[in-house]
Amino acid sequence: MAFESASVPPAATPASLVSPAAPRSRRWPHWRLGFRFSGLLGVVVLAWWLLAALLGPHLLPRELLGSGSAEVFGPMSASHWLGTDYLGRDMLVRVVDGARYTVGLALLATLLASSCGTLLALLAAASGGVVDALLSRVLDTLTAIPSKMFALIMVAGFGSSAAMLVATAAVIYVPGAFRIARSLAVNINELDYVTVARTRGEGKVYIMLHEILPNILGPMLADLGLRFVYVVLLLAGLSFLGLGIQPPAADWGSLVRENIGALHNAGAAVIAPALAIASLTIAVNLVIDNLPGRAARERGAR
Amino acid sequence: MNALILKLLARRVALSLLSLLAVSVLVFAITAVLPGDAAQEQLGQEATPEALAALRAQMGLDVPGPERYVKWLWGAVRGDLGTSATTRMPVGELVGSRLPNSLLLAAVTALFSVPIALSLGIVCAVWRGSWLDRVASTGAVAVVSVPEFLVATLAVLVFAVKLHWLPALSYVSDIESLGQMLRAFAMPVLSLCCVIIAQMMRMTRAAVIDQLDAPYIEMVRLKGASAARLVLLHALPNAVGPIANAVALSLSYLLGGVIIVETIFNYPGIAKLMVDGVSQRDMPLVQACAMIFCSGYLLLVTLADVCGIVANPRLRHR
Repeated sequence: MAFESASVPPAATPASLVSPAAPRSRRWPHWRLGFRFSGLLGVVVLAWWLLAALLGPHLLPRELLGSGSAEVFGPMSASHWLGTDYLGRDMLVRVVDGARYTVGLALLATLLASSCGTLLALLAAASGGVVDALLSRVLDTLTAIPSKMFALIMVAGFGSSAAMLVATAAVIYVPGAFRIARSLAVNINELDYVTVARTRGEGKVYIMLHEILPNILGPMLADLGLRFVYVVLLLAGLSFLGLGIQPPAADWGSLVRENIGALHNAGAAVIAPALAIASLTIAVNLVIDNLPGRAARERGAR
Repeated sequence: MNALILKLLARRVALSLLSLLAVSVLVFAITAVLPGDAAQEQLGQEATPEALAALRAQMGLDVPGPERYVKWLWGAVRGDLGTSATTRMPVGELVGSRLPNSLLLAAVTALFSVPIALSLGIVCAVWRGSWLDRVASTGAVAVVSVPEFLVATLAVLVFAVKLHWLPALSYVSDIESLGQMLRAFAMPVLSLCCVIIAQMMRMTRAAVIDQLDAPYIEMVRLKGASAARLVLLHALPNAVGPIANAVALSLSYLLGGVIIVETIFNYPGIAKLMVDGVSQRDMPLVQACAMIFCSGYLLLVTLADVCGIVANPRLRHR
């Protein structure tokens, strides 16, 4: 319907989403899309880990994963770029192989948390009244338990299979996504064109998905990135405690735990997976910082 | 203090007690009701129905969930936390022997991190954009966005492995002298401080900058007040509420940090106790530790809100 899109006043799209970076992109080459150098670095690192998560299991030679031929806790060398672990396995292979757990599980959990949070927020904003109050109260109660503690309780109750870990992390971060999406959606809900749509007799679902959702999608995508960082840190922390992904599968948190004994001789086996986590989270932060619409998000987060 | 403030405070405290009750329902549901039959799990699939029924009665599983919850809550309120499933010791005793250690760790960390973080945050806010601000802010973002165990591992690498100043991953259980105690505490406190200071500094900086950007500060500047007077007499009194809020909220991050730090340094605190309880699926122990942690967290968050209410001068003149 051309009418709706035409009826959206320019003020409806959060103002700074439009493009504070637009003038810059004229001076920079087009492929930079207005990203600064730090943002590009973030994109490159992020792309590398995503590729590792997607393709790693298919490209890595199987025999390298199982064999413990080399010396235990070997130093960095030409044949083992990141040294070897407590069984003499190549650390680089282990880290790249761990990417699919750290990146993959966290990505799944984040997508689940953000989409659930956003949908519930749309429902709360479009319904108002009792539904809104009830949803806000119930989800606020979940935030009364610190995230790590919640994860520990969930693992105690339901164990730590991969599916359970994804569900746990998703449940923990739904309230945060809900709160931000709701504060954005409530503002949009007050605007004239939503009232017009309502008067026109559009249903609740139509208003949620066609009137409000497109206008909060930008900030929510950036929030998704931030939430991804929290989930990565949470899952890595759990694995580090030995309560995350169980062996023989190993994400980066478990790799740090397995090789913590090498710390005394400053082994690369401990530092490499820890730095891999740091590179991932910092890369996501860099990318978010370079996305347009930062000011709008900070307003929404309050 | 007037009636309005008291009313707001009373409502806030009542709300946190209600949250605590909701938390206890959640904790009990997740650990004791939803996972299924603990007796079945203990005996396996081939257990005879009679043995199953007997164990259920012994574990108190033959009564419905809500009834068990009320019994558990009533026991917890009176201080009876049940018996540990693995060690067969009263949970109250286990927790009681570990809790002072954790509180001591938290207190020492707070003692060091609060003054450092506050002064760093205020200085960075006042000299916003200076090299000091940039270094501190970038450092804080870096610390916040890496896992706590990386901070702890790096601290061990630098201070224990490279410099040999401190013992690494061992905790001395029998402490005889002050020097020994300092050495045993140094690494855990140092790692926790890094995390807490980064959090608290960021929040303090934001709170002070918020005040410095307000129109009344522009007025103070225009009337010609010195920089020190502007910050100390005009901006800071107004930032006390938000700063107190920041302190209490950051200290609640201590709870997350302490879980990792106690584990990595093998420190005999309550977080280590809980992690062990989780890996052995010792539910009474997990429930008790979870409730202690959540109470502490809610206490700090409530305290943060109370500070915000009390420090808001607009409420005093109604």
